[in-house]
Amino acid sequence: MNATLVADRRDHPAREEKAGSLTGALSLFRFALRRDRVRIPAWALGVGGMAGYFAAVIPLAYPDQAALQTRANIMKDPSGALLTGPGYGLENYTFGAMVTNEILGMLAVAAALMSIFLITRHTRAEEESGRAELIRAGVVGRRAPLAAAILTLLTANAAIGATLAAGLLGSGLAFPDTLAVSAGMALVGLVFGGVAAVTAQLSEHSRTASGMAGAALALAFLLRGIGDSQSVGGSALSWFSPIAWAQQTRAFTDLRWWPLLLCLSLFAVLLTVAVVLTAHRDFGAGLLPARSGRGSARASLVHPVGLILRMERGSIAGWSVGLVAFAVLTGSMGEGIVESFEAQPQLAAVFGQGAGGDVLRATLASFTAYFAMAVAVYAVISVNRLRAEEADGRTGAILAASVSRPRWLLSSLLVTTLGSTVMLLLIGIGLGTGAGMSVGDPALAADFALAGLVYLPLVLGFAGLAALSYGILRGGTWWVWLILVSAIIVGLYGPLLNLPDAVADAEPFGLMPRVPAESLDPVPVTAAALAALLLIGAGAAAFRRRDLEAG
Amino acid sequence: MAPILEARQLEKSFGSVRALDHLDLTLDSGEVHGFLGPNGSGKSTTIRILLGLLRADAGTARLFGADPWNAVSLHSRLAYVPGDVNLWPKITGGEAIDLIAGLRGGADPARRSELLERFDLDPTKKTRSYSKGNRQKVALVAALASDVELLILDEPTSGLDPLMEREFQECIREVRSAGRTVLLSSHILAEVEALCDRVTIIRQGRTVQSGTLAELRHLRRTAVVVVCDGDAAGVAALPGVHDVRRDGEKVHFTADDDALPPALAHLLPLGVRSLISTPPSLEELFLHQYGEDDPSRAALSGGR
Repeated sequence: MNATLVADRRDHPAREEKAGSLTGALSLFRFALRRDRVRIPAWALGVGGMAGYFAAVIPLAYPDQAALQTRANIMKDPSGALLTGPGYGLENYTFGAMVTNEILGMLAVAAALMSIFLITRHTRAEEESGRAELIRAGVVGRRAPLAAAILTLLTANAAIGATLAAGLLGSGLAFPDTLAVSAGMALVGLVFGGVAAVTAQLSEHSRTASGMAGAALALAFLLRGIGDSQSVGGSALSWFSPIAWAQQTRAFTDLRWWPLLLCLSLFAVLLTVAVVLTAHRDFGAGLLPARSGRGSARASLVHPVGLILRMERGSIAGWSVGLVAFAVLTGSMGEGIVESFEAQPQLAAVFGQGAGGDVLRATLASFTAYFAMAVAVYAVISVNRLRAEEADGRTGAILAASVSRPRWLLSSLLVTTLGSTVMLLLIGIGLGTGAGMSVGDPALAADFALAGLVYLPLVLGFAGLAALSYGILRGGTWWVWLILVSAIIVGLYGPLLNLPDAVADAEPFGLMPRVPAESLDPVPVTAAALAALLLIGAGAAAFRRRDLEAG
Repeated sequence: MAPILEARQLEKSFGSVRALDHLDLTLDSGEVHGFLGPNGSGKSTTIRILLGLLRADAGTARLFGADPWNAVSLHSRLAYVPGDVNLWPKITGGEAIDLIAGLRGGADPARRSELLERFDLDPTKKTRSYSKGNRQKVALVAALASDVELLILDEPTSGLDPLMEREFQECIREVRSAGRTVLLSSHILAEVEALCDRVTIIRQGRTVQSGTLAELRHLRRTAVVVVCDGDAAGVAALPGVHDVRRDGEKVHFTADDDALPPALAHLLPLGVRSLISTPPSLEELFLHQYGEDDPSRAALSGGR
């Protein structure tokens, strides 16, 4: 297909036009680097820091070969392979093999996301906002913006590849294999950047463009997971996924380079398609027609709650799908985790579990707390959207109609509550169902169905903090995030961090009863609910007293 | 009868910036009131205080006789079109119209479809694909299709093309004949001159003039060009006549409002063959207000 398209292009007579279609690309590239001067180094530091973090933590968690083999046994399980990799080197598991098998997949997804956002930001989003019109009216060729975005993409992926390599080499890993892992991650980034370059030509809207590319990434993740869980070393299905190509170098086990050529070729094909498509469309237009919608509103929209729900439903659905998928997968690994806890009491201590009792139920109850932390993050993000609504002037339009400020704020919180409830329910059901399938105990699903809801008052407490910060507005949201992130870090890593007991005990997620492993203690739950009510009330009062920022 | 809208000695500061400095504005029932001022003079701030979105530091604001800060229920009696219309993503223009109108009590469906046609707006398009002018039309249709007593329009025609602007003026005339009240904030003087009964001119947060257009014209001289059989230049001797200048057989002069009758009485016996009298335009009034002690303001001239 590639060849035909290129031949097609040659048939066009306008040679001189072709020569000028890249004019200005270098200046645009420099401009793009300037705009991303914080983003690209931040991603690079994040990836390098993650490599360094794992290099420091894994030897602590898995101090000897026996411990590593326990880990390898989890990875042999299909549910282990589903989330991680094809499982090379499991017979003699090392830190390096672990990097290729477990960490590379995660890093490749991160690189792909970075690349999708980067390409959409520099191409379709610019066009959609009208800024690119100013640019293209200058002495700038038709393909120059895309070319500049691709150059930026190459730079960004080279940067994260370099910091990953530095992080891994710093922990004493072999050079050629490190190079293969780093290049693999960067090449997966390039491939999905290429996918985004194509989808950016298809849709008029940047969100649709990045959404389509994100769907391609999800498909690649799924194909690799299902393919790899069928047999150790992956199956034919795995090979349809670019993420698998990076892992199939078998770095640190039995290195081979050629799978990376697949990444390079696909990137070249995608790039060619994007370049050809750019030439065949009008500025600002997409190749897929924009759909038209309803000419008038349903009654359900003409209500603050209806409006906010309409704006939020996509994000609620996205979070729910992601959380339930991870909950089912986590639950299905339950049996393997219990085995490794029994073999390794120190690992159990890391997760805050003692030996004895129903280890599986206790472990799943702890995982419910971790998932509830994610729901708290959703709740804060959801409440923080009120700020963007106000800054864009839309809140002013609502309040100029007959909607009072408390009603607007409470409507928004109601939608946040609804979303959080759905997510917490799905988490419990997902964990219970996954674990029930893995150990053949269907009763687990029923036991855990309502377990997540224990955290609802606490999640709403964090929503209340965000509501209070919105009511005050000028104070910013940093302190809300500081409180939430501290709670999460203490909750997740508390036992590792050797914190004073007073700090560890104050961590709110740990204060909630571990239902259904423990009985439902109403005191902490009620206290959290009261705190949530107080914070929401204070937020509404503060919002009533202040000036609106815009609109 | 109590005024529909009233602002007395309003003061508002944002940090060290003084946005309103003893501003006065009064709207009587049934009038179309022009609210004029250059960018940043405090028009939008005043409107947002009257809508209860901001709280004044000092002074009184009254909306239908009540304090706007605690008067959300009164909003069902008014419709507001902001100067910079931002719409919700993910919904269509038609849904946005129903939403804005519905939250204050609903739109008349027949009027709504008539307005969509008049403003040539496709309600099935997603709001993201609308241009500035089309977003403005969404807010205008939502406001004009609502059965409300008061329309508050903050620079409603910025972004509209001349045809649509004419349609807008027609709509406002209909609104006025239906007995509704309109506050029209603008810096497009032709529009204000065509539509408004009274105007308030503000500058740097302070009201500098308020009254009917006729009253304001009193403050400026009428320009006259006359061709007479006799020598018209003799009008220069009359009090209140200025700037007399001969240009071939034409004589140009300007006259204060009350000097006009004696000047005409002086000219008529001389055998007037042609006479052009130009009352001062709002533009001249405006430039006069802003031009005199701040020459940089002269650049503002024609509005947009």
